Amino acid sequence: MTEENVMNEKVIVFKLQDEEYGVPVSYVGSIERMQEITRVPKAPTFVRGVINLRGIVTPIIDLRERFELELTDYTDSTRMIIVSIEDKDVGMIVDGANDVLDIPVEAIEPPPEVVGSVDVDYIRGVAKIDKRLLILLNLDKVLSKEEVSKLETVESS
Amino acid sequence: METNQYLDVFIDESKDNLQVVNDKLLELEKEPTNISLVEEIFRAAHTLKGMSATMGYEDLADLTHKMENVLDAIRHEQVNVSTSLLDVLLQSLEYLEEMIMDIADGGEGKKDVSKVVTQLQAIEAGEQPISEVESNAATLAESPVDHQMKVDQFEETVIHQATSDGQQVHYIKVTLSEDCMLKVARVYMVFEVLEQNGEVIKSVPSVSELEDENFDQSFEVILVTGISEEELEAKIMKVSEVSEVKIEDFNKLMVDQPTVEQKAIKETEIQEEEAEINQNSKTSEDGTKKKSAGNKTIRVNIDRLDVLMNLFEELVIDRGRLEQISQELDHNDLKGTVERMSRISGDLQNIILTMRMVAIDQVFNRFPRMVRQLTRELGKDINLQIEGAETELDRTVIDEIGDPLVHLIRNGIDHGIEMPEERKAAGKPETGQLLLKAYHSGNHVFVEIKDDGQGINQEKVIKKALENGVITSEQVGNLTDRQVNELILASGFSTADEISDISGRGVGLDVVKNTIESLGGSIEIDSVYGKGTTFSIQLPLTLSIISVMLVIVQDETYAVPLSSIIETAVIKDTDIMKAHNKRVIDFRGSIVPLVDLKEVFEVPSNGKEQDEFYSIVIVRKGDQMAGLIVDSFIGQQEIVLKGLGNYLTDIFAISGATILGDGEVALIVDSNALIK
Repeated sequence: MTEENVMNEKVIVFKLQDEEYGVPVSYVGSIERMQEITRVPKAPTFVRGVINLRGIVTPIIDLRERFELELTDYTDSTRMIIVSIEDKDVGMIVDGANDVLDIPVEAIEPPPEVVGSVDVDYIRGVAKIDKRLLILLNLDKVLSKEEVSKLETVESS
Repeated sequence: METNQYLDVFIDESKDNLQVVNDKLLELEKEPTNISLVEEIFRAAHTLKGMSATMGYEDLADLTHKMENVLDAIRHEQVNVSTSLLDVLLQSLEYLEEMIMDIADGGEGKKDVSKVVTQLQAIEAGEQPISEVESNAATLAESPVDHQMKVDQFEETVIHQATSDGQQVHYIKVTLSEDCMLKVARVYMVFEVLEQNGEVIKSVPSVSELEDENFDQSFEVILVTGISEEELEAKIMKVSEVSEVKIEDFNKLMVDQPTVEQKAIKETEIQEEEAEINQNSKTSEDGTKKKSAGNKTIRVNIDRLDVLMNLFEELVIDRGRLEQISQELDHNDLKGTVERMSRISGDLQNIILTMRMVAIDQVFNRFPRMVRQLTRELGKDINLQIEGAETELDRTVIDEIGDPLVHLIRNGIDHGIEMPEERKAAGKPETGQLLLKAYHSGNHVFVEIKDDGQGINQEKVIKKALENGVITSEQVGNLTDRQVNELILASGFSTADEISDISGRGVGLDVVKNTIESLGGSIEIDSVYGKGTTFSIQLPLTLSIISVMLVIVQDETYAVPLSSIIETAVIKDTDIMKAHNKRVIDFRGSIVPLVDLKEVFEVPSNGKEQDEFYSIVIVRKGDQMAGLIVDSFIGQQEIVLKGLGNYLTDIFAISGATILGDGEVALIVDSNALIK
C-alpha cells in the first residue's frame, strides 16, 4: 500500500444519511448519476442489480442497505460511485458525493470501540478534520463476499 | 534499450521455437536415429539463441548454447540419444520456458541453471571430450565462407541413407550465362526445378548467399533424387540463361571418403540403441509427419483482435437498435438499408469470429511432455494419443480450458490408470492408453479424455459421498449410474486414498466442473469399473455473440439462448396437469415439467392478472426438457454476451448479461440450471 508512505490521503467524500464517509481516490473510477438498474434475481439483498456503464455490465450495491440504514427514495443528488478493487468493478449508491479531501495520515484514528456496540469490520478508521467527522471505509469488507456466500448456501439447500 | 517494441515478437517467436523443440524432442524419443529431427531441434534452438543474445538475455542465450552443443554432438553422432539424455534436454527446455515466461511477465529472464548446465556439459564432455572443438569445427565447415564442396557428417548420413534407399545423389554445377541480368531469379527457378525432382542437401554458395546475389556465374549443389542425370540436365537447361549444367554422381566423387566405414559401425550401434529405447518406451509409431503448411499469415496482437471484437460488439448493439427503429418507422428504404447492413454485419461477424479461432493444439501440445514426466514419476507405463488437435475453438475458450484438462489428465494418470503389475494381474496390456480427442459437432466442440484404467468404483464413491455429506443415505437408492459417477465432480470430494502430488491437491474435480460450466459447457462421465473412464466435455464454439430469444416476465426482460430452446408454445391453462404436486404439460407425447420464471427469479408483480393462456419456452438439457413459463415473447436476436462482472459470480440460473438496443441490461437465463 502506497498510502502509508504518503503523508496525505486523498479521499472522495460522500454522504449517507447524516454522516460523511470517505473512500480513497485511487479506488474510484467514476461517479455516475442514477440510471436504470436491471435487478439480478437471487443476488444478495444489498445488490440492487446491474447497469450498462458505457458498454460494461457493472453491478450496483446500495450502501444504505449494506449498512442496514433506513431506506429512502433516490433523489436528484443520489449518485453511484464506481469503485474497483482488485479485479472487481462495483457501483455504490450513496446519497450524494461532492467533495475531495486531503486527509493527513495522523488525523486518522482507529474506529472507536464501545462496549456493547456491534463490531463492524468495514470501517477502517475515523478522521477528524476541523469539525467534520469522516468515516473511512474498508472497501474489501464493504463488498465482502461473506454475505454473498451466506446467500449461496441458502440457495443450494 | 530500444528493444521493447520487439519484445512481444521475441516472446511469441521464442514460445514457437520452444514448442518446436519440445515436439521434436518427444518425437526423437520415439525415433532416436532420425537425424533430421535433431536438425530441426538444432535450428529452433539456434534461432532462439540468436534472438535472445540480440535481446540481451545472456542467461537464456547461454543455456541455449549449451543445449545446442549437445544437439550438435548428437547430430554428429558423438553422443547417442538415450532416455536420460532426453530427460536433461527436456529439463533445460523447461528452464528455458520459465525464463521466457519471466521475461513475458516483465522480468529479467535470469535463473540459476547451473545444475542442468553441468549435466549438459557432462554429456557433451563425458561422452566425447573433444566435442566442443569439433562442433566449432563443424560450424566452420558449415559457414558460408567455405567454398569447397565438403559435406559434414550429417549431410553424409543423409546421402548414405538416400543411396541405400536406391536414390541417386548428384553433384550438379550450374553456370549461368555471362549476360544474365536476373541471376537471383534464375537461381530461384533452378532450385524450383531441383526441389520438384528431389531434395537439395547442400549448395555452395549457401542459399542465402545465392539469394543475395553473392556469387559469380556458377553455383554447385548436391541433390538427392530419383531421376537420371540426363533427365535432370534437360530439365535444368530449360531454365533460360543457364549456359552450362554439369552433373556427376556424387558418390563416385566421394569414394575415397574415409569416414564412411566408421559411420556404418556407428549406425549399427545406434540401431541397437534404438531397439532398446523402443522396447522401453513402447510408444506407438506415428507415421504421419505433419508438415507445417506454408500459409500466408501475419501475426496480429491478440489485444487488437479483442479491441476489434469489442468494437464489433458495440456495432451489434447498435444494429439491434437500428432494426428496432426501422420496424417502428416502417419506412421502406430505411428497412431495406438496415436489412442489408444486418446481412453485411452478419458476414463481418463470421469473419471476426473465425479470426479468433485457434486450434486446440495450442492447449494439447503441452500434454505429451506432461504425461511423459508424470508416467516416469509414478513408474507407470502410459501411451498418450491425441486426436483432432486441429479442431478450432474461440481463443477465450482456449485460454480457459487448459487448466481443467490438465486436471483431468493428471486425474486419469494418477487415479485412473493402474501400475503395470496391477494391469497385468487384471489381464490388461501393461501399457495404459490415454486418449485425448477433440471434434466438432454442430455448434459445439467436444473434448474427450479416455483412459483404459480401473474405472470408477461406484461403491467407494457412494461411501465417500455419504461420509463427506455430499448426499444423504435416502438419496442413494435413486441415483443412476451416471449420477453416481458425477458425484466425483461434487465439491468436497476426493476418492484417492492418499493425497498425492499429482492430483488431489485439495482442489477437487468440482473446480473443473465449475470452470467448464462458466464457459457455457458441460461435462459428462462414462465409466465401467475395471475397464476405464471417459470424461467428455462439451464446449460452445464461441462465447461472445450468441442468438437468443428475448422474453418478458412481468416488467423484466430475459434472454434465453437459442441453443437450448426446442420450441415455443402457447398453451391453455386447462392443458396444465399436476403430477407430484408439480405442474406438467403433455408436449408431443412426453411429460414436460413447467418452471415459472416469475417464481424462480422472484420477479416483482406488475399487478396484471394471468389470463388463461400461458407462453411457454421449451428448453432442453441433454434428454431432459422443461417448459419455462414467461409472459410474452419479444423475438429472436443476436446478442453480445457479457459477464456480470467479477463481483457477482455464481448467480443461480443466470449465465450472464447483455446490453439491448435501448441500452438496458437484460440477463441471460441459464436453462441448464433450471432442469434438474
